[in-house]
Amino acid sequence: MNNIALARDHSRFDVDAVRREFPILARMVRGKPLAYLDNGASAQRPAAVIAAVDDYERRHHANIHRGVHTLSQEATALYEGARDRLVRFVNAASRAEIIFVRGTTEAINLVAQSYARPLLQPGDEVLITHLEHHANIVPWQMLCEQTGARLVVAPMDSRGEVHVDAVAALMNTRTKLFAFAHVSNALGTVLPAKRLVAAAKERGITTLIDGAQAISHMDVDVQDLGCDFYAFSGHKMYAPTGVGVLYGRERLLERMPPWQGGGEMILAVTFAKTTYNALPNKFEAGTPNISGGIGLGAAVDFLAGFDRQAAQAHEDALLQHATAVLSKIPGLRIIGTAPHKASLVSFVVAGVHPHDLGTILDEDGIAVRTGHHCAMPVMDFFELPATARASFAFYNTFDEIDRLGAGIERARKMFA
Amino acid sequence: MELNDLYRDVILDHNRRPRNFGGLESADASIEGFNPMCGDRLTLRLKLNDDTISDIRFEGQGCAISTASASMMTEAVKGKSRAEALELFDRIHQLLTDDDAPPADELGKLAALSGVRQYPARVKCATLCWHTLSTALRSADLKSLGAVSTE
Repeated sequence: MNNIALARDHSRFDVDAVRREFPILARMVRGKPLAYLDNGASAQRPAAVIAAVDDYERRHHANIHRGVHTLSQEATALYEGARDRLVRFVNAASRAEIIFVRGTTEAINLVAQSYARPLLQPGDEVLITHLEHHANIVPWQMLCEQTGARLVVAPMDSRGEVHVDAVAALMNTRTKLFAFAHVSNALGTVLPAKRLVAAAKERGITTLIDGAQAISHMDVDVQDLGCDFYAFSGHKMYAPTGVGVLYGRERLLERMPPWQGGGEMILAVTFAKTTYNALPNKFEAGTPNISGGIGLGAAVDFLAGFDRQAAQAHEDALLQHATAVLSKIPGLRIIGTAPHKASLVSFVVAGVHPHDLGTILDEDGIAVRTGHHCAMPVMDFFELPATARASFAFYNTFDEIDRLGAGIERARKMFA
Repeated sequence: MELNDLYRDVILDHNRRPRNFGGLESADASIEGFNPMCGDRLTLRLKLNDDTISDIRFEGQGCAISTASASMMTEAVKGKSRAEALELFDRIHQLLTDDDAPPADELGKLAALSGVRQYPARVKCATLCWHTLSTALRSADLKSLGAVSTE
């Protein structure tokens, strides 16, 4: 648990105190202080998360659920305690609705294969949007190949916005599922999730939200959103890699067959018949990522220690500052200019390829993402092979953004 | 490791003004190279006179390293036989990947690529065009070439 008392007053958000919670932020890279602006790919871990994992590994490790011995019971309590925290974190209705998975990608694949595959008939439609990450495209393409269903893509506009009307116009009686990103990883666009879900619900369409990019930036209340499924990864919200969550509405999860067979997901096995375990374990075959789950629980506690409104206000201020700094650079074009964005900026610089820019910024200790961001259809839309992306967390500073601006200027001069 | 060692003047120059850049009419072979990691794409077109590369041009989009590497490659292999060009491929591959590679003085301009070795994430940028060329030259049927990927 973190015990920093953060001021409620947004203007007094103590970013230095937050930074001290993250050991890696004190590191030097190529002789310069690290400016970590690649949080959209993976955020860093606070000491509290590292300590929770370390404590488990040192003192409590055993396999969970079946052991009667002390360590197994302790490990089980820690792991299931993490699940309890996640129930509250996203406001699920019950523990049955929080399925531990490897990450967002696995969560989406689980829904595609376990929920949608038995349901879809040839001619049915799966609706997504143009700005999706490959993880919210490819599982549906595979599903469509398997079932004869059709993938329908809702448009975005030139700012990278997705409009409810345009999406709703594509919903019809054949639409069986609508899957969309809460926040675009390549553009930063925040989608009007609640209204999109409402449009789908009116027509009886099941909804899945890819929350990978949203979960660290905003409060997520699955009951308020009204979605049927919500997927996210631990490592983008300050927890370890290899663990994530599928939230699913209990009524739907109950009806779904298990996705993988193995241990933990069964109650009884004979060679004639297997009786599946109850939720959530029905979907958790095999020994899970116990330490990762415990780390994820610690990350939830860590975030609960903050005034999230103040943290979000700081992130918004970072976005505004970055937009202002980058907009002043000649030849720089920001890709994704929706009015409502999470704190990331995708951009290209005339005469400087994103990969060269990434290498040059790294020389200054600045970590940004360059490439297609696993969103090639977005790149095609803007007719770009790649962009550079600076994505912020609440531990980033205005100074780091100024350094980013200076680094881009340096690259421009080099290639001029 | 110094940035100036990666982005040497000759590389910056070839990025700014790529040589042999653009289409090639009545080419004997056309082959595409693709780096799915970064989205770099290039198309190589060549003419062969018996066994000699009589002309070679490239087009596509890529970073400074990949553009300069392709530009310098086309200059270097024009007029060479297939075997000579493949020998040069082996030498460049060694230069880009082997820390114990001998000094590259005899390679002229191409020696500028040696700085890339210190940036493992960028080696594929420099090798894309070379792998593409090597695939073309090793192919028995040059007219029916497809695409080459770095992955």
